[in-house]
This record gives sequence, structure tokens and C-alpha cells, in this order.
Amino acid sequence: MRENTPTSSDPSQSTRKSSRGGGRMRLLGLIRKETWQILRDPSSIAIAFLMPVILLLLFGYGVSLNAKHIPLAVVADAPDAQSAGLFAAFRHSQYFDVHPEPDLTHARQALRSRQVQAIVHLSSDFSAALVNPNRQAPVQLIVNGVDANQARLIQGYVTAAWQGWMVARTQQQGHEFKTPVALSARVWFNPELRSRDYLVPGLIAVIMTLIGALLTALVMAREWERGTLEALMVTPLRLNELLLGKLIPYFVLGMGGMALSVAMAVWLFDVPLRGSLWVLTLTSAIFLITALGMGLLISIMARNQFVASLLAIITTFLPAFMLSGFIFDIGSMPNWLQVLTHVIAARYFVIILHTVFLAGDVWSVILPNTLAMLLLAAVFLGISRRRIRKSLE
Amino acid sequence: MWQRILALAIKEFQALLRDPKARVVIIVPPLIQLVVFSFAATFDLNHVPLAIYNQDGGAAAQSLIARFTGSQHFSVVSHLDRSSAIETTIDDRRALMVLTISPQFTQDLLSGTPAPVQLIIDGRNSNTAAIALSYANSIVQQFNTDWAWDHGRKTVPSTLSVRAWFNPNLVSRWFIIPGIVGLLMLVVVMVVTSLSVAREREQGTFDQLLVTPLHPFEILLGKAIPGLVIGLLEATAIIAVAVFVFHIPLHGSLLTLYAGIALFLLSATGVGLMISALAATLQQAVLGVFLFLVPAIILSGFATPIANMPPLVQDLTLINPLRYFMVILRSVFLEGSTYRDLIDTFWPLAIIGLTTLGIAGWLFRHRMN
Repeated sequence: MRENTPTSSDPSQSTRKSSRGGGRMRLLGLIRKETWQILRDPSSIAIAFLMPVILLLLFGYGVSLNAKHIPLAVVADAPDAQSAGLFAAFRHSQYFDVHPEPDLTHARQALRSRQVQAIVHLSSDFSAALVNPNRQAPVQLIVNGVDANQARLIQGYVTAAWQGWMVARTQQQGHEFKTPVALSARVWFNPELRSRDYLVPGLIAVIMTLIGALLTALVMAREWERGTLEALMVTPLRLNELLLGKLIPYFVLGMGGMALSVAMAVWLFDVPLRGSLWVLTLTSAIFLITALGMGLLISIMARNQFVASLLAIITTFLPAFMLSGFIFDIGSMPNWLQVLTHVIAARYFVIILHTVFLAGDVWSVILPNTLAMLLLAAVFLGISRRRIRKSLE
Repeated sequence: MWQRILALAIKEFQALLRDPKARVVIIVPPLIQLVVFSFAATFDLNHVPLAIYNQDGGAAAQSLIARFTGSQHFSVVSHLDRSSAIETTIDDRRALMVLTISPQFTQDLLSGTPAPVQLIIDGRNSNTAAIALSYANSIVQQFNTDWAWDHGRKTVPSTLSVRAWFNPNLVSRWFIIPGIVGLLMLVVVMVVTSLSVAREREQGTFDQLLVTPLHPFEILLGKAIPGLVIGLLEATAIIAVAVFVFHIPLHGSLLTLYAGIALFLLSATGVGLMISALAATLQQAVLGVFLFLVPAIILSGFATPIANMPPLVQDLTLINPLRYFMVILRSVFLEGSTYRDLIDTFWPLAIIGLTTLGIAGWLFRHRMN
């Protein structure tokens, strides 16, 4: 692939110090050439548009933290009307698929072979204790703890069904069910706790990291590997023009991917967008510049495609997934790791995305996080520029 | 024949490890990531920032608050003095939760009317919100039980006791870290194998390789061996860190674990070589890796259970080698499963491995530019 020809048609080629108009012409020429290059290799377009669609469909439809139809074994050592009453409460819950088991041995076997996720077991004195006002009827829950998060959710659902049964039972007997403290909870911004509403906005940060950092790192590393960047540097293009010309097409591609993601989030997945679109666009643009800076820096450090692709996956994509607060809560990480997350641009962007989508334009959240992204962008681009210049001398 | 394969494999290793930067990026980052992600990837919440708006001056309210302060799950960040402060506290993310205690709280408690307590939770991250809510629920429940006991009231007619098998304290790290072993192995093996053929194609040396006396099958093996060896070494290192640094219990036998690892490496190498054979340039190979890697990780049950996915997507996960490997890793680590328990995950891996390697070998011969 020859890449050192585009400026040959540039009229200002003869004078190195040309007017601003000449600079703009050179820049436009370079941008046009880069755009053609992107359009020629369909894999760049695929990263920008196919990946977001696949990711959004996977996260929007495929992944959910809200469990339904959990296979639950129920066992009563002495089945009677009382135990049937409790089991009916589980049957009526949308969260469970109830599997009655004849005895605890069978139920344990089912748990071990992963046919059920949990067992509710009533010992033989359950009914006797239930009708005796001085005793409490014991209910035992055994849950497969391998997936701890899931196990805790199951525990919550079982507790809720069990409490519902107690309330109904007390009221049937003509009493009022009273607890000393009555807790009521209200969840703001996402009252039904739909996991999609926070996964899909957060995903936009991952997608833009992919386009901005991974794609840029790869493309630029290829140019370093082939020496085509050095070839461009001997043309009248200035360093700033060269970087701008290289990055602008990918910026456009990234914003396109972002627009597609937002459109899918709002229209396909019904995620509310409570903030304003211009705040979303502006902060996205700033994040994208940071990501492009990261990609550029990686390509300069790696200088070949193999190392660049590994570095990009390891330093941008995986952290955007794991350390950005997209899935795992940053506040629960150890302190040293919380400090480390501050250099991950996606961290700030995920907070902004969650806020703009679900809460609205909360300036006290948006402004400091935007500033942090700007700072990171300046650092990445500054280091990149310095290292390119150094490598030329 | 074996000599030729060995020679090719050695050449592949040299091509891979000649570049000092490549050596470093293959070895160091997976271990760093294991450590970093193992600390990061937990759904257990600690020190959830909590604000309290206490309108009651009584001792009962204080003792309820003390239970929140004493829990490691919560840390009280501020005490509010007016209800209008609640909104900004939540909006600005200064607290995830606001606990409001009504003015007649102590009075209600003593007179036996249910004393209202309200929780307001920031639902921007619905998973965190649900977990924090469940912590708060169990604190209040415990308070209720203790209060009823201390004041001689009739308590609830039944009790619920919970036992968790395989992970009694429900430490989510026990679940996540074996998963990270699979994740990192897949990433490294895919990158090493998928770029090997694509790089030669881009440089034009693959055609040269095809005109040598090497049979395509031999080329396939020669290309597969570096990925398998690196994957095996890396798996050993990662498992050692998981066991000795993070103290994840390894209940099953190493033999079963390594049988699973070998089969998984076979299928990962097969997919990698298949992508590599399809790609004409390195960039296309990387894209191919990504197009495979991302869905493979998301649909593997690594972070979200496969059972929660819609039926169609669940069927799709059946062709995902990482899905089976996640089950193998977690069962061998936590449940102590034997190969007999895991046979249903072994044979799909073998089939995926042989099919993809077969396709890759066929593509070597038939996809000439």
C-alpha cells in the first residue's frame, strides 16, 4: 500500500512555510486519503459499526442479572397442609420453578448435579412448631454458593416469598402482621432495578474505547511497522497536521458508533435518556479524544501490530470492562486499586453516562468528570507528540 | 514427519519471541491482570456510602443506626438535617443510600405500632442498588428479631436459616477468579494463534511455507503448538497465583483440571487458527479475534449466569468453548468434581477443537490469494 502520494496534488507543496489556507488544504487532503483508506478495508468499518451492534444486542437481550425461573427443590420431611401452604408461596413467585423432591437425599443429589440451584427443606417438626405460639417453625434454605452473587439474589427472593407467606398466614388468622420496624425502600432513577438500564449506557464507554483506542492503535502501528508515517513526515505536512489528519477520520467513525449506540439504547432498549443530548454528545467527544490519544500512544510505544493489539486489549479494552465501574463497583475495590482506576478514562465516562441517561444533567457530577477526561486527553496526546518528535530526531 | 513439525514449531516460537516487546506482552500482562482483576471483580460491596436523616432523638433510633455504622458493608458519610438535602446527596453521588427515620420512631416502637423507616437508593447501577438493599434488609430484620426478643413480644412464627454449599461465606471472589483463569487463557491463546498465519500472509511468507514439503496438516500442527505450549504454561502460572496468593480452594484433582485445560486449549487454538486462515491481513485477524472474543466472554457465564439469558441466546452459548471451560474450572476448584461429573463438558470441547482445526487445515490449502 502506498501512502506517500496524497500531497502531490497539493499546490502548496513547494513552500514549506505556507499560509493557513495551505495548511487547511494539506489537512483536507490527508483526511480525504485516510477516509479512503478506511473505506477500502472493511474491517475498520466493522469495528466501528458491527461491534457496537453485536455488543449492544448481546448486552441488551442476552445478558441479565435479574434471575427468573430459578430451579428450586422443595422437600418436606412430613408433608401436610402447612408445608403445602409455604410451597405454594414459592410456586406463585415468578422467580422460581419449583421441583418437589421426595426426600433430602434426592434434593441434595439434584443440587450437586446442578439440576436445582437451591433447596428449601422443612424438617418433620415444622408443622408442630408452626401451630405452637411459643415456638418458631424452622425453614432451612440450602443454596449452591458457587456463584456467590446469584446465591445472594436467590437468598433474597426466598426470603421475600417466605415473608409474604408469613404475612398472608397471620392475616388469614385474623391478626395484623406486625414487625417492630417497617422498612420501605424506594429506588430512584431505576425503580424496577432493570439491569439493562445501566448495562447499555455503560456499554457505550466500552464501545468507544474499542473504536478510539483499539482501532487507532492498530492502524497507527501498521504505519509505524511499514514506515509509511516517516514517509509522510518528509512531506510539507506539519506534525500537528499529520496527527490531526490521521485522527479526525477515526474521530468521525467513533462519533458515528456512539450515535448508533445511543439510538439503539433509546429506541430499541427503551433506556430513558433524562439528560440532554448535547451534554451527551460533548462529553462523548471529549472521551473519544482521550481514547484516540491512548491509541496513538500505544502505537508509538509498540511500533508493531502484534504488540499494539495485545497492549490495546490489555490496557484499554479490558480495564474499560473491569475497572471502570461498568459492571463492578469501584467503591468496593481495595484502596490501591481505586487509586489506579483514576488513570482509566472510561471510569469518568461511565459515571457521566449513567448520570446523563438515568438521572439527568447533574452538573456536580458531569463537570468534575469531564475535567478529568480532558486532563487525561492532554496527557496522552502530549506524551505522544513528544515521543514522535523524539523518534524523528 | 515429526521432525518437520518440530522444526516449524521452533521457528514459530522464534518468530513469536524474537521481539523483546512481544515476549513481555505475552508473559507479564496476564499475571498483572489476574491480580488487578481478581481484586476488582467482586459483587460484594464494602463501605457503601450511606447518609442518615434521623428525625427521632430516641435511643431506639440510635441503636438502629449503630447497626448500620457497625456493618462493614456501610460507611456513614453524612448526617442530614433536612429532607431537601436528600435529593442533592443522591444526585451528586455523595451517598448511594439515604436512611430516613421518622420523628415518632422510638414512640411507635415502644407502643407496638410498626415504626416506619425509609430507604432511598441510587438506582443508576441497578445491581449495586439491589445488593445494598439486601444488606439493609437483613440489618433491619435482625434488628426486628432482637427487639422483639428483648421486649418479650411475639416474634414471627417461623425462622429461615441459610446454608451455602461449596462457598459457605458467599465470597464472590471464589467464583470470579477461576473464571478469570479461563478468560486470560482464551485471550492469550487466541492472540498468539490467530496472528501467526495472518502475519505470514501479510508478509507473503505463507505461500512459501505452502510450497515446502510440509503437508498442510503438519503446518497446522506446527502453528498450533506454540499456542498450546504458551497456554499451558500460562495456565499453570495463573492457577498457582489463584491458589497460593488468593487462596481459592482447589478441591478437585489437578489431573481433571489439566484434562479440561488441554481440551479447552485445543478448541481455542482451533478457533484462533481458523480466524487466522480466514484473515488476509493482521488487522482483519485482530478484528476476527475481537468479534469472537467479546461474545465468547459475555456469553460464557463469566459475570452473568447463562440461565438468565433468553432461550435462543442460551442455545447459542453451546458452541462457545469458554462456556464449558467455566463450568470445568469452577466445578474442579470449588466442588471437587471428577472427570466423570464433567464428561458432558469434555466432549463438546473436543468436538469444537477437532472441527475448527479441521476447517483451519482445509482453509490453509484452499484459501490462496
